[in-house]
Amino acid sequence: MSYPSNLRYSDQHEWVLLDGSVATVGITDHAQKQLGDIVFLELPKVGAIVEAGKPCGTVESVKAVSEIFSPVTGAVTEVNSALIESPEWINQDPHGKSWMIRVSLSAPAPLDKLFTAAQYEEYVRQETAS
Amino acid sequence: MSDQDIQKAARHVSQNERLIFELSSPGKAAYQLPPLDVPLAGPAEALGPEYVRAELAGFPEVSEIEVVRHFTRLSTWNYGVDTGAYLLGSCTMKYNPKINEVVARLDGLSNAHPCQPESLSQGCLRILRDLSKALVEIVGMDAITLQPAAGAHGEMTGMLLVRAYHERQGNPRKKVLIPDSAHGTNPASAAIVGYQTVSVASNSEGTVDLVHLDRLMDEEVAALMLTNPNTLGIFERQITAIGEIVHSRGGLIYMDGANMNALVGVSRPGDFGVDVLHLNLHKTFSTPHGGGGPGAGPVAVKKILEPFLPVPLIRENVDGSLALEFDRPQTIGRVRAFCGNFGVLLRALAYILANGAEGLRQSTEDAVLNSVYLRKRLEGAYDLPYRAPTLHECVFSDKHQARHGVHTGDIAKRLIDYGFHPYTVSFPLIVSGALMIEPTESESKQELDLLADALLSIAREAEQEPQTVLSAPHSTRLRRLDEVQAARRPVLRWKPAQE
Repeated sequence: MSYPSNLRYSDQHEWVLLDGSVATVGITDHAQKQLGDIVFLELPKVGAIVEAGKPCGTVESVKAVSEIFSPVTGAVTEVNSALIESPEWINQDPHGKSWMIRVSLSAPAPLDKLFTAAQYEEYVRQETAS
Repeated sequence: MSDQDIQKAARHVSQNERLIFELSSPGKAAYQLPPLDVPLAGPAEALGPEYVRAELAGFPEVSEIEVVRHFTRLSTWNYGVDTGAYLLGSCTMKYNPKINEVVARLDGLSNAHPCQPESLSQGCLRILRDLSKALVEIVGMDAITLQPAAGAHGEMTGMLLVRAYHERQGNPRKKVLIPDSAHGTNPASAAIVGYQTVSVASNSEGTVDLVHLDRLMDEEVAALMLTNPNTLGIFERQITAIGEIVHSRGGLIYMDGANMNALVGVSRPGDFGVDVLHLNLHKTFSTPHGGGGPGAGPVAVKKILEPFLPVPLIRENVDGSLALEFDRPQTIGRVRAFCGNFGVLLRALAYILANGAEGLRQSTEDAVLNSVYLRKRLEGAYDLPYRAPTLHECVFSDKHQARHGVHTGDIAKRLIDYGFHPYTVSFPLIVSGALMIEPTESESKQELDLLADALLSIAREAEQEPQTVLSAPHSTRLRRLDEVQAARRPVLRWKPAQE
């Protein structure tokens, strides 16, 4: 399992890359492993407003349909439309080419609620143990 | 494993068969018509030119015996409840008694037309009325519509009634609460009716977390959609407290009646605070649904929701005759043509009358007994994440087998080799690696033992020779299908090679 240290992580298993007032969002390695083979992805449109902790899309695997929760609040500036065509990338490379949306932040990222890589790794360990 | 362990299935019978389109040869027909003895009428003049196709492309042309053999051979690829236990949890794949089919084929019923005048439809209307009365009594509600064509359609109808009720009170409200163990159709139905859905957590027992519910419940919540017993097969024992929390802030209780087969004759939703519920006649009341139904999802309500029910309802005239009643000013309107799926409703009434009150109660008790028996035989070999008493179904996890790399989907595939239809895989989502098993009342102890032996044998294989399980099924016509590719790149239509 990989936990890149340049990312922050939500308790709903999204990762976010913070770069000034722009955030890039995807789902974590752990999330894709839990979901299994991903077959369908639905993302918000460019211009849509997303809110931290609220659903912003859905991801469907052969096992289940799950909501994607935005870890940040702001307006969507870019959507990875290539990923929508090839959702299997999420299983192959969840942190790299499988970024989902870029968000222009309208409020500071809720850093108190976003795990660091080490905290997230511990969170996953505890969640899978129970 | 030795071959003796597989007691039920040997090799699966499966004749090779091509698509019927590929069997076609031009000019072949399965019928001969006598020469035309009336003047020829052009379809364009009779129907209007917009309904006439210039050519009928690609229809298969085959003889009668070719058609019969084609579908008979295809049927050898099938597995149905008439072949053996069909364990899909939450789907209630109970046996469909043949008496239902005998009744449905009676001339006066199979040839009845929905546009027949009421005076000639008294028998059919009486069937609908009697079924309505029986169902209302079974669930302890006040009124019912038989129109919805399936469970999710019933959910939508029920939520439309909820919305109509709140609109009448002056505020349609915004949210619907749904436990995280619910069927996926619940949030979908609430959303279709314009509600925002909010998930309620389960506690460690697997039932609704009252503290969380109490925190979420406010004056903008239209209803709680609750399945009882829930998808873990656990009865919501705090249902009275749940009802009080929701009702005290003006909300309604919607019950998903998908698991009503665990309650019929024993406990009535109307008595434990439910305001509206749907039934799945194709589950609880034994009408067919393997292969797509059709189903029926009647919606029963308390008095407060009755004014909004879809039209028509059935009215009894002073002379005792029956009529369809359309004059209901607050109705949400029609949700289905005519009176719903009449053939399904008819079979449900046949089932109810053939069983009688005592028989229905016995069915419920047997369904629970069968499920608990299986649970007891499998406990230990399979992990049981929620240990509260269960009713008609139980949910194991693949935790023990996962240590050897074997997961619920693999166990399900292996079960096919043993001659059983798999259980429900990976649902409910609150159990990781779920095996959801519902044997129904239809199974004998002998069949349950075969099944338990098969699952115990697979648990041993998972430990000692996991590769056998991971590469299953071995005895079927086709081996593992590529489910991922089927979902990502579905091929839904046959096209001739030359196109």
